[in-house]
Amino acid sequence: MTVGTSADAVETGRAADLPRAPGRLRRLTGRDKTVLTLMTGVPTALMVVFVWIPALASILLSFTSWDGIGLDSIKWIGLRNYQQIFTIYPSFWPAVEHNVLWLVVLALLPTPFGLFLAYQLDKKIRFSRFYQSAFFLPVVVSSAVIGFVWELIYNPDHGLINSLFHTNNPNGTYLDWVGNPKLNIWAVLVAASWRHAGYMMILYLAGLKSVDPSLKDAAAVDGANEWQAFRHVVFPALRPINVVVAVVTVIEALRAFDIVYVFNKGEHGTELLSILITQNIIGEASRIGYGSALAVILLVVSLAAIIPYLIVTFRKERRT
Amino acid sequence: MTATALASDTARPSGAHPVAGKRRVRPARVVLHVFLACTALAWLVPMLWAIYTSLRPYSETQSKGYLSLPSTLNFQNYIDAWNQSGMPHYFWNTVMIAVPAVLLTLLLSSFVAFTVTQYNLKINLLLLMVFTAGNLLPQQVIITPLYRLYLLISLPSQVSDSGKMYDTIIGLVVIHVAFQSGFCTFVLSNYMKTIPTGLREAAVVDGATVWQIYSRIILPLLKPAVAALATLLSIWIYNDFFWAIVLISSGDKMPITSSLANLSGTFFTNDNLVAAGALLTAVPTLLVYFLLQRQFVSGLTLGAEKG
Repeated sequence: MTVGTSADAVETGRAADLPRAPGRLRRLTGRDKTVLTLMTGVPTALMVVFVWIPALASILLSFTSWDGIGLDSIKWIGLRNYQQIFTIYPSFWPAVEHNVLWLVVLALLPTPFGLFLAYQLDKKIRFSRFYQSAFFLPVVVSSAVIGFVWELIYNPDHGLINSLFHTNNPNGTYLDWVGNPKLNIWAVLVAASWRHAGYMMILYLAGLKSVDPSLKDAAAVDGANEWQAFRHVVFPALRPINVVVAVVTVIEALRAFDIVYVFNKGEHGTELLSILITQNIIGEASRIGYGSALAVILLVVSLAAIIPYLIVTFRKERRT
Repeated sequence: MTATALASDTARPSGAHPVAGKRRVRPARVVLHVFLACTALAWLVPMLWAIYTSLRPYSETQSKGYLSLPSTLNFQNYIDAWNQSGMPHYFWNTVMIAVPAVLLTLLLSSFVAFTVTQYNLKINLLLLMVFTAGNLLPQQVIITPLYRLYLLISLPSQVSDSGKMYDTIIGLVVIHVAFQSGFCTFVLSNYMKTIPTGLREAAVVDGATVWQIYSRIILPLLKPAVAALATLLSIWIYNDFFWAIVLISSGDKMPITSSLANLSGTFFTNDNLVAAGALLTAVPTLLVYFLLQRQFVSGLTLGAEKG
């Protein structure tokens, strides 16, 4: 925060000597360079040490067996973790299936529904703010709280649904939304979709704001009906936001954890990759190599979404 | 640039669509309103049901069932949840984590965004990518080595009982800052690109140092973006569940959101208390939501807009 006057004087001289080439480092004093290096270096170091090095370490550890006690107990075992995960780990394929299902459901139901809501609310409509607030509410509340709130709905004995439809009779119809592996994944997906739709609505509302209204008017003059105008004019104009929506949806599907963990700890029908990884570190037996191999699988799938997104986002950058 | 999605569409001048005459679309509008009102109501049902459950005494719901008309409604469950479970302590933990985390994240990411947008360095694009991609990684991708790393890093005993970074509030602050600075750097650098470079150049001619340019010229211009991001980050960090579940082992160091998992079952022994506890946890986020909704939404869409 303090600025030395001597450094100021030096820099004034330099600035006068080289008035061209804005923003080049050679115009900076040594002190300026130090400041700039610190300003960039500290955050970058944090990011690298606590995010990227662990990400890379996951890859290395995934080829090892380690009980976590002492660094010398790390043993290189090649692909054995992967081989075991793919062949004999009973929770793995169900987890993959559930993550895929999660993605498919988010992409096919709440995402288009969020777009639909945004499109309707983007018309000059009364009470728009009230509607938006209602749909957006679940996005603000933590997904852990959402897990508890939906538990009150799904509780097999006295939850809202089973009380309403009398499906809580242990001797008759008993729908166990939490424990039954055929039902519980759908139950949490409803809760997750409930949250996702509001999120998508807000993103699309922002996107629709940047669509030139005269485009729609022109389509109307040309005799296009509402669907045609949306399909051929509005939707193509939403391309930038669709890229964001796509990456957000994929990442959300891979990150899914809180709701499920609160709901039933991710067991018996609601296994997810994120849950399995966590179980392998905080469970009784910490199997680090195993957990890392699962993390690498998750990493590879996420990179399949992140890399195209980076390319689309920063391609423009390079040109300018 | 800032998308004030929630507010601006009601404010749009009514003459903007000369073709769609008001009278022609009326029946469709009525259908739309009915549809939106019903859907919005349905959307609120889970929260309303939780509120209803939380206001009823456990004894009454035991005898009459949860789906019944109330004879007593009071705040006793909230009082019990608050007093019995030590919730105030967990709220305080959250404050201790969220306040430094939000401030540090904004400070550090504004530094990076400043360098990347104001100076022509070869590594700028790489830096931006490292930050943007870092925030997109699922947390579970890094958690296993991170957990081990936290057990390896030593901290002085004044700040850590175990002498490790693991199981400390500092550890949580650090991972929040590292993880969230990715998103904030991306958003702030997009925002800073809209600042004319002439401003900085004039300051350079006047002999301003790098730090002066940052603190006196660029930072004041960032206020709207920083306000939006601060709101968004506060809610995100407040809502975080995962980091503390893995990186904290002592129950008494948990932030409020993560402590819910422990409290339900031990202190929140019935659904009425669970509802009250969960809703109490949601109160700060709901307050922010109602008071600063516009900031929150523009923070969320700032990142998306330039995508």
